[in-house]
Amino acid sequence: MARIGVFVCHCGTNIAGVVDVTRVAKYAGSLPGVKVAVDYKFMCSDPGQNTIIDAIKKYGLDRLVVSACSPRMHEATFRRTAERAGINPYMVEMANIREHVAWVHSDDKELATQKAMKLMEMAVAKVRRSEALSKMFAPIEKRALVIGGGIAGIQAALDIAGAGYKVLLVEKEPSIGGRMAQLDKTFPTLDCSACILTPKMVAAAQDPNITLLTYAEVTEVCGFVGQFEVKIKKKAKSVNSKCIGCGVCTTKCPSKKALSEFDEKLAPRKAIYTPFPQAVPNVPVIDRTACTFFLTGKCKICEKVCPTGAIDYTQQDEFIKEKFGAVVVATGFDIYDHSNYGEYGYGEIKDVITGLQFERLISSTGPTAGHVTRPSDHREVKNVVFIQCVGSRDEAKKRPYCSRVCCMYTAKQAMLLKDHYPETQAYVFYIDIRSAGKNYEEFVQRAQNEYGVLYLRGRVSKIYERANKLLVKGADTLSGAQVEIEADLVVLANGFEPKKGAKEFAQLFHMSSDQYGFYNELHPKLAPVETAISGVFVAGCCQSPKDIPDTVAMASATAAKVCALFAKEKLEVEPLIAGVNQLTCSGCETCYNVCPYSAIEMKDKEVKRGEVRHVAEVLESVCKGCGACVGACYSKAVDLKGFTDRQVLDQVETATAPITDN
Amino acid sequence: MDNKVPQLNIVGFLCNWCSYAGADMTGLGRNTYPSNIKVIRIPCTGRMDPMMIIEAFHNGADGVLVSGCHPGDCHYTEGNYYWRRRYPHLKSLLEHFGIDKRRFHASWVSASEGKKFAEVVKKVTAEVKDWRDNG
Ligand SMILES: Cc1cc2nc3c(=O)[nH]c(=O)nc-3n(C[C@H](O)[C@H](O)[C@H](O)COP(=O)(O)OP(=O)(O)OC[C@H]3O[C@@H](n4cnc5c(N)ncnc54)[C@H](O)[C@@H]3O)c2cc1C
Ligand code: SF4
Ligand code: SF4
Ligand code: FES
Repeated sequence: MARIGVFVCHCGTNIAGVVDVTRVAKYAGSLPGVKVAVDYKFMCSDPGQNTIIDAIKKYGLDRLVVSACSPRMHEATFRRTAERAGINPYMVEMANIREHVAWVHSDDKELATQKAMKLMEMAVAKVRRSEALSKMFAPIEKRALVIGGGIAGIQAALDIAGAGYKVLLVEKEPSIGGRMAQLDKTFPTLDCSACILTPKMVAAAQDPNITLLTYAEVTEVCGFVGQFEVKIKKKAKSVNSKCIGCGVCTTKCPSKKALSEFDEKLAPRKAIYTPFPQAVPNVPVIDRTACTFFLTGKCKICEKVCPTGAIDYTQQDEFIKEKFGAVVVATGFDIYDHSNYGEYGYGEIKDVITGLQFERLISSTGPTAGHVTRPSDHREVKNVVFIQCVGSRDEAKKRPYCSRVCCMYTAKQAMLLKDHYPETQAYVFYIDIRSAGKNYEEFVQRAQNEYGVLYLRGRVSKIYERANKLLVKGADTLSGAQVEIEADLVVLANGFEPKKGAKEFAQLFHMSSDQYGFYNELHPKLAPVETAISGVFVAGCCQSPKDIPDTVAMASATAAKVCALFAKEKLEVEPLIAGVNQLTCSGCETCYNVCPYSAIEMKDKEVKRGEVRHVAEVLESVCKGCGACVGACYSKAVDLKGFTDRQVLDQVETATAPITDN
Repeated sequence: MDNKVPQLNIVGFLCNWCSYAGADMTGLGRNTYPSNIKVIRIPCTGRMDPMMIIEAFHNGADGVLVSGCHPGDCHYTEGNYYWRRRYPHLKSLLEHFGIDKRRFHASWVSASEGKKFAEVVKKVTAEVKDWRDNG
């Protein structure tokens, strides 16, 4: 006969403020098999856990129900508690009376209490049928895959490699570096972006533990923590390993069809190109959609001029399949496309540019060699208007979130403009200035006080083109005045967006995203770099908009998580897997066909003395416990540990029965 | 809809990875919904054995909801496809046996869709109530 203990948590007032916890405990005490039922302020605290351990010893309990928060939060905690008191950890069930009761039924305490009693009773019904399970272990492939070679991916790769583990860094562009490589100087110190980034790019390329794979993309993922099997497409570069990076091909290439992605389409680029001079690796690729030879069958100039014979027009996309124990996703962001802002000219006014374009214009390695001129007529500028929150904090554009970085980068850009051209005047239209961060507020103050940047609180209602100028009309809500500024250039602080294709990418890993497409962390506070997929971590702007310091911190955090995983001998895995009753198995192979992991083997086996039959068998180390086979088996011969038919049916029965408390 | 619907019993089967987590998110966001639903956590909708649903109705449940990851997002890649195929068959079978279609529902709720879960439960509860009150 089961000896069950029920422990009801108040969670401070989180639960007890809505649910009558004493009544829940009292009801528990009346249920068959329950030897003790108590309530306590915080069950997960040390004294709370000790209450459980003492009760286990005092009442000789062999199984527990904890009525508290979500099992996704604390099931592991209470399993360990049970283990410490000498009970098998799988003899523990939780009733979720916080997330599923107190927090969602606060409008009726009586109904909430009744439901809490019911959920607890269902957990008691389930735990009665629980069986002791022994721990299982799986091997770990101690090699990490980092996807995305922006500053996040580079930092994560360097840290993991620094701890002595192998890393494959996959980047879809021809070079690593990401957005940071496009920036001129960085707030709040105004140090040059390339100067601090390039050494890291080079370090990543030279680290013996890091393998770089650029111009490559992940196309398929299977497996799980410790054992991910990943298929990667190496796009044909049309340039082989003989390339020494001399760049002659790029200089001589006659094609001017394509626009430079790196320069935000402000300048053309060749068909054979490296995105920027400091590219790592310094190996060009041929963009076949722009290459004269691929388009017309004639040219081959690059082949002629290449001193090492590195050009290979016959190269094909290549697929490789490799194993990794953990994955860091660092795929970064795109900026909001302002072509649906009518007031800013629908993206059709040439001299209304994005913040990222401004970075390229003012960068000495940019298309104008650092001269800020108008894209339309290349004239120098005098008055520049910056507009913040374009595609951020705008409900109408379905972008209600703050992109966090734009207030700062606008202040930076206005200062850089003044540094380069002291005679210019910068105006900034803003909603609020958000400058939380070390030395950030001081930075914005400097822009206003030392650099004389004029901040106008309000929105711009329209930009007109008039006589070679841009007429910017808006409101200054502080003075209440309508303002009209004659500008030469307008720079928009476009907000951050998930990378194009982020959704399809998430599906490869079955990661979840928020309503905008940024990847979800496992817990907003306590697990900010983990995802719901064990062994997959997120770093940088693919999770939410952030600046470089936060991106780097997050990347290092993922590395710490990966290293902690790799430091283990082997991985403890849940023994909640399927098992076949071969006496009732009819050998129909249904389970064999539905199992997503090929964890079922069909065997001819002597099931009873003298009776050899074709039956299914579960490969324990491969089964992930999804239960697809259990749901599909016609003979009811497969069952799932921890979620057995008997357990679920007892929960169903209890759920539908009336409460018998009085 | 009013969250107080007395004497109506709905059993919810939620997959651990998406919908159960989504229901947790509903709580985190303090969105409310009628308390009639009692949730049973299952690893995946692919584990849903029709027997469990039949058993629920047999035991007197007024309604049943099964909710899992969006198609394409199943933690175990394929589980919810199996369920998606099974659901309409089971629904028509149950109708055949006299279980009104307003009583049996399936939905896709992801781990981040806390608000959506509350909406789903409200809608399901309203339909079951409609069946009970209006036949
Ligand atoms: C105009 C502007 C100015 C800024 N100024 C500053 C500043 O002064 N100071 C500051 O701290 N921050 C600044 N930022 C913010 C800074 O750019 C980001 O914090 C930083 O770039 C984030 O790095 P990341 O690695 O997360 O993303 P990214 O830089 O976007 O890198 C992601 C990388 O992943 C690659 N990738 C994407 N998808 C895949 C895939 N499926 N497979 C393989 N590879 C993939 C991309 O090609 C890219 O190389 C600015 C941002 C903008 C827009
Ligand atoms: S073949 Fe011609 S167009 Fe193509 S990359 Fe070489 S030089 Fe350029
Ligand atoms: S539970 Fe069944 S279907 Fe799922 S992985 Fe295990 S054997 Fe395969
Ligand atoms: S895990 Fe959610 S439906 Fe399969």
